[in-house]
Amino acid sequence: MNKPLDQRMTIDGQEVIFAEGETIYAVAQRNARSIPTLCYDDRLEAFGACRLCVVEVEGYRNPVASCTTPASAGMVVTTKNATLDKHRKTLLELVASENPPDADVSPLRGKASQEMTELFTEYGVTGARFEGKKSGTSRPDDDNPFILRDYDRCISCYRCVRVCAEQEGDFAISVMNRGFSTQITTEFSGLLKDSDCTFCGQCVQTCPTGALADKKALRFAEDPAPVKKTRSVCGYCGVGCSVDIMTKGGRIVGIQPAFDGPANEGALCVKGQFAFDFVHHTDRLTTPHVRKEGKLVPASWEEALDVAAEGFLKAKNHDRYATYAIASGRAPSESSYLTQKFIRANNGTHYVDNCSRG
Amino acid sequence: MSNPLADMELPEVIFCIGTNMTECHPVAATRLKKAIARGAKLIVADPRRIRLAEMADLYLPLQVGTDTALLSGMAHVIARDGLVDWDFIERRTENIEAYLEHLEQFTPKKVAAITGVPADDIVEAARWYGSAGAAAIFYTLGITEHICGVQNVQSLSNLALLAGQVGRPGTGINPMRGQNNVQGTGDSGALPNNYCGFQSVLEEGHRRKFSEAYGIEMDAEKGVTKVTALHKILDGEIKAMLIVGENTVASDADREHCEKALNALDHLVVLDLFMNETTALADVVFPASSWGETDGVFVNTERRLQRVRQAVAPKGAKPDWWIISQIAQRMGTAGFEYESAKDVFNELCSLSPIYAGIDWDMIETGQYHWPVPFKGHPGTPRLHEERFPSGRGKFVLTDYVAPGEVVSKKFPVWLTTGRRLMHYHTATMTGRSSGIEYLQKEEELEVNPADVEAWGLTDGGKARVESPRGHVDVRVKATHRSPTGTVFCSFSFSEVPINDLTGSGYDPVTETAEFKVCPVRVTPA
Repeated sequence: MNKPLDQRMTIDGQEVIFAEGETIYAVAQRNARSIPTLCYDDRLEAFGACRLCVVEVEGYRNPVASCTTPASAGMVVTTKNATLDKHRKTLLELVASENPPDADVSPLRGKASQEMTELFTEYGVTGARFEGKKSGTSRPDDDNPFILRDYDRCISCYRCVRVCAEQEGDFAISVMNRGFSTQITTEFSGLLKDSDCTFCGQCVQTCPTGALADKKALRFAEDPAPVKKTRSVCGYCGVGCSVDIMTKGGRIVGIQPAFDGPANEGALCVKGQFAFDFVHHTDRLTTPHVRKEGKLVPASWEEALDVAAEGFLKAKNHDRYATYAIASGRAPSESSYLTQKFIRANNGTHYVDNCSRG
Repeated sequence: MSNPLADMELPEVIFCIGTNMTECHPVAATRLKKAIARGAKLIVADPRRIRLAEMADLYLPLQVGTDTALLSGMAHVIARDGLVDWDFIERRTENIEAYLEHLEQFTPKKVAAITGVPADDIVEAARWYGSAGAAAIFYTLGITEHICGVQNVQSLSNLALLAGQVGRPGTGINPMRGQNNVQGTGDSGALPNNYCGFQSVLEEGHRRKFSEAYGIEMDAEKGVTKVTALHKILDGEIKAMLIVGENTVASDADREHCEKALNALDHLVVLDLFMNETTALADVVFPASSWGETDGVFVNTERRLQRVRQAVAPKGAKPDWWIISQIAQRMGTAGFEYESAKDVFNELCSLSPIYAGIDWDMIETGQYHWPVPFKGHPGTPRLHEERFPSGRGKFVLTDYVAPGEVVSKKFPVWLTTGRRLMHYHTATMTGRSSGIEYLQKEEELEVNPADVEAWGLTDGGKARVESPRGHVDVRVKATHRSPTGTVFCSFSFSEVPINDLTGSGYDPVTETAEFKVCPVRVTPA
């Protein structure tokens, strides 16, 4: 149960209410304060790695990470001032030393892939102030068709590791070494297909730099058309995961999970995430077909509809029990409703079923 | 599902039976994993040592087709050990006396002999489930695709009623629906016994209502299931058929019988995305709009109504609702003058008491679970909180029924079928999506390593699987997921049409085929 909002504190001079157990970051978010983060994903346990969310608390000598510090009654917090901005910019410049701000990060890489570059813009981080060694080694050897492992862009925020463990429960991604040598990897540093990975794509979608990226979507990176997103629901099993269908110029280029999807809360499986190309497959039927002299041949809509109607009319005139229909559990409700109405309104019978009987 | 998906994170004890959830409903399984990480206990009953079984605190490896016996055995222990929720039973149920008497025969010892599950584990499972503050049951087609599918579901219902594990957060009897809108299809009245909104065709009030709505005198008798319909084609009664988006020939049991029936039709009209084994028999084939190309409504496994939206325009295809309306209009039938999916859905709402409180515009964000009986009603995420639709929950006496065919000298191995994570059904969609083949490029018969050796097979080599109805050749994969004496195969690959073999029996009530059990012979190919 949620605890009541019965405590008071001050954020940026404004008195706000909060519930026991909430972090400063959560309270600030609710009150529309904009605090930058890179390692934060509100579906995951706070981690406190990126330090961008630091705030000043009256009576504390140093700034504290707001994502891990619990709010307490009477606390007086400042979320934005020149000192904090400078601190945050310096941190971002350190990030920029490995991820050049002018490098293009395609939004096709993943849902959260723009977080880092957006912060570079917001804080005016343009060039590399610090030069140094690079951490993280990409894995171009992983030939899986779905997940690009571009660890050169990794900032060790551990969101991929945590989402795999906390949200997906698969523990397929782990961390090797410490400090500067930290490397995101899998068991025995192998290929994803040889690990516990199920290719659900959650790591791709939470990565704030595009280091883990949607390989299938990136096939369309060169297409200059803008990406359009359409909110829909996955068409595979009955869980009903909310998705954003990404399109470019009339073509589906990728799928992203809806983090606010009521059934899935940001999760998808390998099918919902990656198995969408059938929509544009060359095997798709594009015209009606009618059987002539024993063979199915292309026909116009007019002709096919007439032949279909004629055959059903003939059956109806023969006997009202001569026609049967099977509706689809894959099609939208409107399809099934009209399939049953087709039988009932034409014949007054209940000669209709759906595919759920197997 | 009686309870919402969010409730999956709440139980103290989770009982999964006949559900391969991590592969077939992976995102629902993530919620179970969270419950387990939080300390919930997991009991899994399944013939195969699937991933869920590996995760379980208690794994019950039952013999295929013995679910009713196992569930009755658990109920026996709950009654014997004083774990019956008498308060719940007195307030909410009927027929308890007869049920308790009936249960006496299902001793753990006897049930162990039928199911192959150790008696101590049956007792342990019953005690965990019966004494938990909140315990939830999850099941899928491993329960229903049997000759005794209805008895299996009734046995689950008995168990939940006996322990009072219904109508509260983290409890319930929760079937995971396998197709994106199979729930919505039932809701829409595509059933031989119900009008839309599960209004029985046998009730005179409903008959009058729909006779008026559809402008024709409606039958007072039920129709027939599609399984019976296939027989009626061969009997000469049914002459024309409309099949929407189903590859009936490949996905139904006993393919030869199915093909023979569809071939005997005078007129077969099919709507589909692709040419397939079923369209090959059609007189007219219409190109249907696919997911991503259509506006409409899907109803998920927790009865939540959600909008699907057109993201791209179809190339030459049309929405199902338009095609069907056009055919009906050309037959001169009134009442099909729709201009949009919205028109159709709003008519469905106007005729369905469970949708009475909603319309197309109201389900924009997907917050409603039916029933929503009137405008202003918030929807019903959790069923049966106060009462059951029929008033009291009735204990039904169920008996163990052996499968339609049992293993014999000639067919000594149990075959069970299902899905895999990477593919969906007959792979018409996943098989045409790039990359999936990297993870699963062909069908594999899962065989216990001991059986691989005993039957003279080789891991990675080919085997021939035969039943009285047919045979297939398939690559062998040695794995401990299969117990000895039982093999598994999916129905996703047209090169391995495993449903040539299935169809040994049908549930007498639902006429669902026994896809989960089929005695076979396995030899090197």
